[in-house]
Amino acid sequence: MSFPLLTATAVLPALGAIATAAVPAARRTAAKWLALLVSLGTLALAVTVLVRYDPDGDRYQLTESHSWIADFGVRYELGVDGIAVALIALTALLIPFIILAGWHDADPLETGHKRWRPTQGFFALILAVEAMVIISFEATDVFLFYIFFEAMLIPMYFLIGGFGDRAHEHGEETAATQRSYAAVKFLLYNLAGGLIMLAAVIGLYVVAGNFSLTEIAEARANGSLDMATNTERWLFLGFFFAFAVKAPLWPLHTWLPNAMGEATAPVAVLITAVVDKVGTFAMLRFCLGLFPEASKWATPAILVLALISIIYGALLAVGQRDIKRLVAYASISHFGFIILGIFAMTSQGQSGATLYMVNHGISTAALMLVAGFLISRRGSRLIADYGGVQKVAPVLAGTFLIGGLATLSLPGLAPFVSEFLVLVGTFARYPAVGIIATFGIVLAALYVLVLYQRTMTGPVKPEVAKMPDLRIRELVVVAPLIALLILLGVYPKPVTDIVNPAVKQTMSDVQKKDPQPEVEAAK
Amino acid sequence: MENLIALLVAAPLLGAAVLLCGGRRLDAVGHWIGTVLAAVSFVIGAVLFADMLGKDAEAREIGQHLFSWIPVEGFQADIAFQLDQLSMTFVLLITGVGTLIHLYSIGYMEHDERRRRFFGYLNLFLAAMLLLVLADNYLLLYVGWEGVGLASYLLIGFWQHKPSAATAAKKAFLVNRVGDMGLSIAIMLMFTTFGTFAFGPVLESAGETSEGKLTAIALMLLLAACGKSAQVPLQSWLGDAMEGPTPVSALIHAATMVTAGVYLIVRSADIFNLAPDAQLVTTVVGAVTLLFGAIVGCAKDDIKKALAGSTMSQIGYMVLAAGLGPIGYVFAIMHLVTHGFFKAGLFLGAGSVMHGMNDEVDMRKYGGLRKYMPVTFVTFGLGYLAIIGFPGLSGFFSKDKIIEAAFAKGGTEGWILGGVALLGAAITAYYMTRVMLMTFFGEERWRSRPTASPDQPDVEPAAEHQGAHAEPHPHESPRSMTIPMIVLAFGSVFAGAFFGIGDRFVHWLEPVTGHKHGHPPVSALTITLSTVAVLVLGAGLAYLHYGRRPVPAVAPRGSLLTRAARRDLLQDDFNHVVLVRGGEHLTRSLVYVDHTLVDGVVNGTAASVGGLSGRLRKLQNGYARSYAVSMFGGAAVLIAATLLMRAV
Amino acid sequence: MNPVNYLYLAALLFTIGATGVLIRRNAIVLFMCVELMLNACNLALVAFSRMHGNLDGQIIAFFVMVVAAAEVVVGLAIIVSLFRSRHSASVDDASLMKL
Repeated sequence: MSFPLLTATAVLPALGAIATAAVPAARRTAAKWLALLVSLGTLALAVTVLVRYDPDGDRYQLTESHSWIADFGVRYELGVDGIAVALIALTALLIPFIILAGWHDADPLETGHKRWRPTQGFFALILAVEAMVIISFEATDVFLFYIFFEAMLIPMYFLIGGFGDRAHEHGEETAATQRSYAAVKFLLYNLAGGLIMLAAVIGLYVVAGNFSLTEIAEARANGSLDMATNTERWLFLGFFFAFAVKAPLWPLHTWLPNAMGEATAPVAVLITAVVDKVGTFAMLRFCLGLFPEASKWATPAILVLALISIIYGALLAVGQRDIKRLVAYASISHFGFIILGIFAMTSQGQSGATLYMVNHGISTAALMLVAGFLISRRGSRLIADYGGVQKVAPVLAGTFLIGGLATLSLPGLAPFVSEFLVLVGTFARYPAVGIIATFGIVLAALYVLVLYQRTMTGPVKPEVAKMPDLRIRELVVVAPLIALLILLGVYPKPVTDIVNPAVKQTMSDVQKKDPQPEVEAAK
Repeated sequence: MENLIALLVAAPLLGAAVLLCGGRRLDAVGHWIGTVLAAVSFVIGAVLFADMLGKDAEAREIGQHLFSWIPVEGFQADIAFQLDQLSMTFVLLITGVGTLIHLYSIGYMEHDERRRRFFGYLNLFLAAMLLLVLADNYLLLYVGWEGVGLASYLLIGFWQHKPSAATAAKKAFLVNRVGDMGLSIAIMLMFTTFGTFAFGPVLESAGETSEGKLTAIALMLLLAACGKSAQVPLQSWLGDAMEGPTPVSALIHAATMVTAGVYLIVRSADIFNLAPDAQLVTTVVGAVTLLFGAIVGCAKDDIKKALAGSTMSQIGYMVLAAGLGPIGYVFAIMHLVTHGFFKAGLFLGAGSVMHGMNDEVDMRKYGGLRKYMPVTFVTFGLGYLAIIGFPGLSGFFSKDKIIEAAFAKGGTEGWILGGVALLGAAITAYYMTRVMLMTFFGEERWRSRPTASPDQPDVEPAAEHQGAHAEPHPHESPRSMTIPMIVLAFGSVFAGAFFGIGDRFVHWLEPVTGHKHGHPPVSALTITLSTVAVLVLGAGLAYLHYGRRPVPAVAPRGSLLTRAARRDLLQDDFNHVVLVRGGEHLTRSLVYVDHTLVDGVVNGTAASVGGLSGRLRKLQNGYARSYAVSMFGGAAVLIAATLLMRAV
Repeated sequence: MNPVNYLYLAALLFTIGATGVLIRRNAIVLFMCVELMLNACNLALVAFSRMHGNLDGQIIAFFVMVVAAAEVVVGLAIIVSLFRSRHSASVDDASLMKL
């Protein structure tokens, strides 16, 4: 038996979480370094997965399969396709930056707290989330996936509810109330989605007799498992609802601005760049893979919702007064694009959507983490409290601008490639939808530039006059992200090479062919 | 040779990267790094040009394929360059004028502490602009297209501490994004129609699809061109863009970037040729803009904004020519090049005047400067003669051809377009003479002025390095600034004759754009003569208004038209009321809706569940007997139910 | 004697016990009423056993007695300790364990 690489990739951060939590109270710094090391180790394992994965090989690779709950046919089955590999790599890549960016977020307020333990808890929870996210990407058993899809909520709940921004414009008590409101809202929304999905999971078992993604998909493909149209649709809706909450899709989105607004910036990145990706990933893998017919049936409605998400999220981002909530609404708009790409059911759309998941992770991380650095300096999340920062802290402003430009999909930066692919893929099948979605790019420019103008330009406000520029630790966080944005914008081939075969598979799952051009142009 | 093309883009890109990431260490030499790399790019361009001249006209197009950019199923996007005569023309213009303006900026920005960054942005602009004209497919062109937009954003807002500059930068980017939307829709249409968006295949097989599709593509391309080239209805950003440093206005907002729209139309000639409706719209847009810009230019007292109006108007000529089809493409590009020379020269001259006048931009506070700035006066004067189309100078050759081509369009359209173009020439002569007279002639209004009118926030001094309210001491600018002006003045004088005599330029570009000789309904000589006549008329009228009479230091109220023109013919007010205010209301009400309705439904559900459980809680009163009652009640119901079931 | 009469008696005793549970407050009385109901059930069980001629009902009656005895032990202990702490055997005074 070969080395269980996929298990190791998920188990390492899990063990790391336990070890970090066990570090004695006085050795806070050691806990931080331990967490960082573990996350780097996980990154190394993820890179190994990336290297060992063969784009031209089988659909699911590095598979592991063990019996788990034999009575119900639940198996411990892992396996990755190109999409999962890309997202595992993204997750493993972002966690070290999140840890580094949140280095001081859980420190005791004043020194001398001998028995202060939340620091350990903070980093342990981040690692726990990483472990669960990675295993959700790897699971090819629906039940296994479901367990970790839900279990993720627990550490996320504590991360949102337990750790907030240091200073708050309405005082610590209000902040705590709002935080716990946000955490409970996050939990309830996602639990509701999860419970409906549980019903669908049980329903699937009743119909199919096991939980194995590969087996069910195969049985469906060769006709040995016949599902009544209505059954398939109900099951699809059950799954889709949970993923749409997680993604989040309008009108199930309102938990995200609260959660991202109240959480610290690194946790906000964890939510939107990592955890939410499980939702869109699962749409591709489970909704399209298990219920191709129902997916096609629901496509028009989902496209409309995605379109609303794009425009609505962008318009609301324009109207925000709070930096972090603005980024949250921008993310809602971007998730609209991802879902649009998935359900346009063209190769370009789906490749674009997968690429979009990766690129959005990186670009939001860059923007949000810099925003977090900014907020930690002034102690306010309100846009109106800033002004003229670029004069005082040019590097901070410059990196913020690049993060913003990536968010508005400037060509040359990574998100442009994915956004354009999604638009082209959508346009090829649904021209009107593609054109309306294009309005999103104008609105994106609006909210990003308005944010930049109000915070960074203009006369220097007295409160920001003494603001220090980015520190070394912060630069170490931001610079690689920006480098990646540029690299993947100019040369996205490494990612597309991994993703393309998986997209081809998905396209054949749903039995859709790309629309052909009207004129066969001279080559 | 092919491999040099990438270097053309790489040199300024390297400059931008080094200057922007280099930090303060490079402050001392940054401007030289930027200038040298721009010059390197120009030299490479010249080498390629020499090589191209050595080949036959048909074999001049070369290309370079770097790598596959976005390899996705059924989708092919490459990083690949194409260099033909059209691109070559632009490369020389961009790198040539670009290098001169780099040189000029060394002196102009001498006192700015962020000079290094300024040069970094300029280099970034050059790289993006070169990418735009060298790309061999529309998607890569789009990268350059937005790249120049970004550079323009950064440079307009270079003095970010001024809210007006930051706002102008944002506005420019946003308006351009509307145009970019057109470009991306055009590319998507091409993809679904042709399965590709590389120039070669798309343009070759343009004839195989329906006219409706082509018209849609062409109109979307026109929308993009309107954004970038400040054509009606997306022209509003250009005037505000004058908030940027003057070299930026000269390079980006006069000579190169704003002409990208014309490049796009001419490049897509094969599509436009097959879509006559789109061509008609293009000519109308051009004609309207050329009048719009000219009228605005007549009313502005800010020298840069007057020139910006003029830029709009001149690009209107080019768009008009490009809309005329094969009879106009060559002349559109020819006017573009000559305009690049004289308008850049005029802007640099304006910059030089501002440099000597404590960054004053209000022409009403100039006057009689010819004695103090002889070099500026002469170079500006030559640029002036060139732009109004004084016989023998550059503008004469290029503009006259466009007017001819407009008449040659034929029918009523031809008469209308030609008439508009002639009228535009008259107004051009008027407003440029006005600028000339107000700046260099007349009494010295900058002396002993009682009090400056303080309530003009948009004409406040552009840079902060000098006391703004001291009486200025006009002086000639340093050599690094005058040399570029002199070079450009040479271009303004001789370029037109060089291109025009013997149809050199036509032969040069014909293989790319195609050319048909237009036949105007009246003889070419008549048109030329009437052009000269309206020119004299316009200039004479301006002399009557501003040369014979003293210019008041505070602008008179003026007629209704004047006041409207000062406000950019109210388009900004329209935008403000409809888009800005409307948008604010929309977003605000949406925020409210999100909070109360979308969130409210969920919170309402939660609240009603909470309320219900609050009621239910009352039942738990702690008295054993009430529990017992409910128990007995429940048991009784159960028994009754059982009996009932059995009975049924 | 007709065994049905025993059932009438059982029903009567049960009703008396139930009414007592519902209307009395003294814990001891309540307790006795509960016992009364249990024993009414026992009586009914035995009567049924007799009527149907098998022993099942009688066996269940024994079980009920055992349970009742256990209940008495626990219940009385609770009542005594309650009385000790509150000096009252009224169940209404013990209404504190509510939300």
